[in-house]
Amino acid sequence: MIAAYLLLLMPLAGVVFFALFGHRPRIGRINIKFNAFALLMSLWLALNVHESGTLVSEGLYFLVDSFNVYLIVLTAFVGLTTSIFSAPYMRHEQQKGRLTEKRLRLYYSMYQGFMFAMYLVLTTNNMGILWVAMEAATLATVLLVSLYRTPESIEAAWKYFILCGVGIAQAMFGTVLLYYAAMQISDAENALAWTVLIQNASQLDPEILEISFVFMLVGYGTKIGLVPLHNWLPDAHSEGPTPMSAVLSGLLLNDALYAVVRNKMLVDGATQSHIAGYLMMGFGLMSFLVAAIFLHRQQDIKRLFSYSSIEHMGLMTFAFGMGTPFATFAALLHMTVHSLTKSAIFVTVGHAAQIAGTQRIEKIRGLIKTQPSVGWGLLIGTLTIAGFPPFGVFTSEFLVLLATMQSYPWLTPFLLLGIGLACAGLFRNIQPMVYGKRPEGQQAVEANLWPVIIHLVLVLWLGLSIPQSLSDWFNQATILISGSAPL
Amino acid sequence: MNWIFAFIQTLLFIALAPLLVGWVKWWKCRLQNRKAPSLLQPYRDLLKLTHKQPLVSHTASWLFIATPYIVFSAMILAASVVPLISIDLPTAASADVIVLVGFFAFARFFQALAGMDVGTAFGGMGASREMTISTLAEPAMLMAIFTLTMTASSTNLASAIGYVLDQGIVLRPSFVFALFAMILVAIAETGRIPVDNPATHLELTMIHEAMILEYSGRHLALIEWASAIKLMLYGVLISNIFFPWGIAVDFAPSALGAALLWLLLKLAVLAVFLAIAETALAKMRLFRVQEFLSFAYLLGLLGLLSHIILEASR
Amino acid sequence: MELIKLDFYTQGVLSIAALIGLTSFLMLGQGRLLRLIFVFALQGLLLVLATALAGYSMGNFHLYISASITLVLKVFLIPWMLHKQVYKLNLHRDVEALKNNTAVMLGGATLVVFSYYVLHPVIQNTSVVLVNALAVGLSVVLLGMLLMISHRHAIAHVVGFMSIENGLFFAAIVSTRGMPMVVELGIAFDVLVAAILFGIFFLHISRSIDSLDVDQMNRLNEVDQ
Repeated sequence: MIAAYLLLLMPLAGVVFFALFGHRPRIGRINIKFNAFALLMSLWLALNVHESGTLVSEGLYFLVDSFNVYLIVLTAFVGLTTSIFSAPYMRHEQQKGRLTEKRLRLYYSMYQGFMFAMYLVLTTNNMGILWVAMEAATLATVLLVSLYRTPESIEAAWKYFILCGVGIAQAMFGTVLLYYAAMQISDAENALAWTVLIQNASQLDPEILEISFVFMLVGYGTKIGLVPLHNWLPDAHSEGPTPMSAVLSGLLLNDALYAVVRNKMLVDGATQSHIAGYLMMGFGLMSFLVAAIFLHRQQDIKRLFSYSSIEHMGLMTFAFGMGTPFATFAALLHMTVHSLTKSAIFVTVGHAAQIAGTQRIEKIRGLIKTQPSVGWGLLIGTLTIAGFPPFGVFTSEFLVLLATMQSYPWLTPFLLLGIGLACAGLFRNIQPMVYGKRPEGQQAVEANLWPVIIHLVLVLWLGLSIPQSLSDWFNQATILISGSAPL
Repeated sequence: MNWIFAFIQTLLFIALAPLLVGWVKWWKCRLQNRKAPSLLQPYRDLLKLTHKQPLVSHTASWLFIATPYIVFSAMILAASVVPLISIDLPTAASADVIVLVGFFAFARFFQALAGMDVGTAFGGMGASREMTISTLAEPAMLMAIFTLTMTASSTNLASAIGYVLDQGIVLRPSFVFALFAMILVAIAETGRIPVDNPATHLELTMIHEAMILEYSGRHLALIEWASAIKLMLYGVLISNIFFPWGIAVDFAPSALGAALLWLLLKLAVLAVFLAIAETALAKMRLFRVQEFLSFAYLLGLLGLLSHIILEASR
Repeated sequence: MELIKLDFYTQGVLSIAALIGLTSFLMLGQGRLLRLIFVFALQGLLLVLATALAGYSMGNFHLYISASITLVLKVFLIPWMLHKQVYKLNLHRDVEALKNNTAVMLGGATLVVFSYYVLHPVIQNTSVVLVNALAVGLSVVLLGMLLMISHRHAIAHVVGFMSIENGLFFAAIVSTRGMPMVVELGIAFDVLVAAILFGIFFLHISRSIDSLDVDQMNRLNEVDQ
């Protein structure tokens, strides 16, 4: 448990530290160190959980079990690699004069603030605190979206703030209802503790919980980016600084989905029916298909990949909604590989945009000639996210398809259609960017592609063979969520 | 005995009305840092007016002369059905709230006719404005009153007040709305700020005053007096319906005395609020009066709805 | 259920619920920013009353604390900040012409009915009072959203946002007599930070588009033209 406390304290200290010293020249490295420390702590925590099972802190404030510990490690990992990328990126932005020292301080401080909110979402045992931390994550990132202070970025940030704020208010109403239902069976102080709730789930009033879940799904679903509540997502991703897009896409969306899944476990326990699952499947499938279609109409490279995020989040929501052990396993795997791939893609996209000096797809051309590493990175990243074998995304999508065929065979064509559409949508845009005619005077930029390489190699590894220990880990999480082991 | 008492109570009503007007004026003057006239000034004004010769335009018909008497007697009749210090009124049993609203409408109808009768521009303008406002105010008032009558299951004022009294102190959401609606309607109907200004004779802003501009002498006295009674009627309605505590339920002298004191206290407080509101607010444009009154209507409607949704037994 | 058979607390909560619902409607139809902010402060005050009443009837000390937090935050601090912004940006004389006011009001009424419909299943196993109060809480939330849709001004949006918080808070107070203290403090902190962020945003928006009319923020689209 000490590891969890340290994990939370470190970014909190980081908020203050970077608010004071965030403008120093070598500050990017210190940010890396902070995140590296967090990763170490998360690994220690994972070891703890591996040895002694589920950990619950005194006073029931924190909970670490096999489901969230894997997300914690993933969060810390993506947080670290993104910070490695962000150090030269932000320096480049500052040199170009897009950022002042003050904003740099804000950026680093809020980066840690966001990481803190993410860790809190994942470690807390209290459904109320979960909500507070989700809201805090919005608040931490909203000023980062408008970091460049262009009219577009301010508009995007405002949209993000308002839509997510209003959306998440629905989740609060759901939490109030949940608390009300819990008050009937438990004492007031612990009535929101997830461990207490899940133990007594069968006694909770099913009707209240159903209503509560609808509100939760709408609320946290706004953060996941489920259609039709996805409007803020492409804007916020496209207008903010690229490292922010990477962590928003790779982490925030996952954590929102995590909150929904936690609630689904409660509702399933109370209602003994599959209503929550059907809702998630419906929303998920709709997001998946709509986003796949929208991919074809994008002219901004970051918007393109934000829609791809919506598409994949939709798929995960769908898989978690199916709720069979097999599907849950697939969803967990997909969460991992998507986070890794998507943050890698955003890193390369950031460099690509810096090379071309714009985010307009039609102006980005001939990357592979100007800077082969970025060009290849983008190409391989896109191949990965589109679900080509032998990468991990292929494995997880294949598993989702198999699970669908097992449980709801008539839905398989829709999934295949979505995957096909998305693949076409991505490649019609990516192909000219990578291979097209190189514009005059295009210069290579200082790029740190190690995060991309590490991520993509990991995804490749997960596609070729999942290590025994990792699959055990996923198995445990699957047992926790769906009640039994896959296969 | 009952009838005699009802008679005395009505007389009391008529007698006290100018005092209330004087009290409001006194407070307004004090709040505006002016030297206040005596509380009895309205009586003196009425007396002075009765001594003056009424001048009647030669284009005026009989309607013009009859109107002050009709208005005044309508107000007396209205005053006789409203429980003032006791709810055990034989007159109250014979007429309910709807009749009361009818009396008001009746008086207003004749006043508007008389305003147009002389043929001056101001009279016609005032009459049309007065009718516009009252058409908007009346539904709002009825809504507020229906809220009360639905709670008490009776349109009879005396038994409704008795019902509220019986229940003791109960916080009813619907009554809160109805009270606000009633206050807004009362302000509009008695021609106070921010709807109308009783003290102005500016051409373009006056409403009620424009209508009675041609009256003089004892005719004017009667109309002014009737207006005073109307103000007091609304005051009594508000205080006795929404805060009925203190009103006498029988004819025991001690109860009646206490009731009278309570009533005076309630009216005095209400009048102070009116004076404060009149000092603090500015008169609004005529075209915004409909907003004001539709808000009153909304409040009345909400009162009715919240009675049905929140309070009615299922 | 007869109203008179209920205790004083319930009667009080019902009355306050009705008034809070009313303030939401008042905000919906209000085109003047200063009045909008005033009504919002009034709603906050009603909320404080409800909280204090709940605290009194329960003898629960922590509700008094949350009542005072609400008092400071929602009745004084946030309205004061918004007030200052309005004067600073010289907007206090502007009146926003509201489009389709009637339709919006009818929509608001529909939302209230909808809230009752949604929460109706809860009726079967709890008191009617609670359902009413919860339904009012939900309708305040939904009306706040409608306010944000129908108004174009950024400050009106913030008022709507905050009034949504009010609705949630009211629902929490009435249904469960307050969330646990940690959660409540967390929410209060979030609201405070949000309020400060909104202040910063007004500045940025007015600098970038020279107005606070959010309809002018239309550069970003679902699909690029």
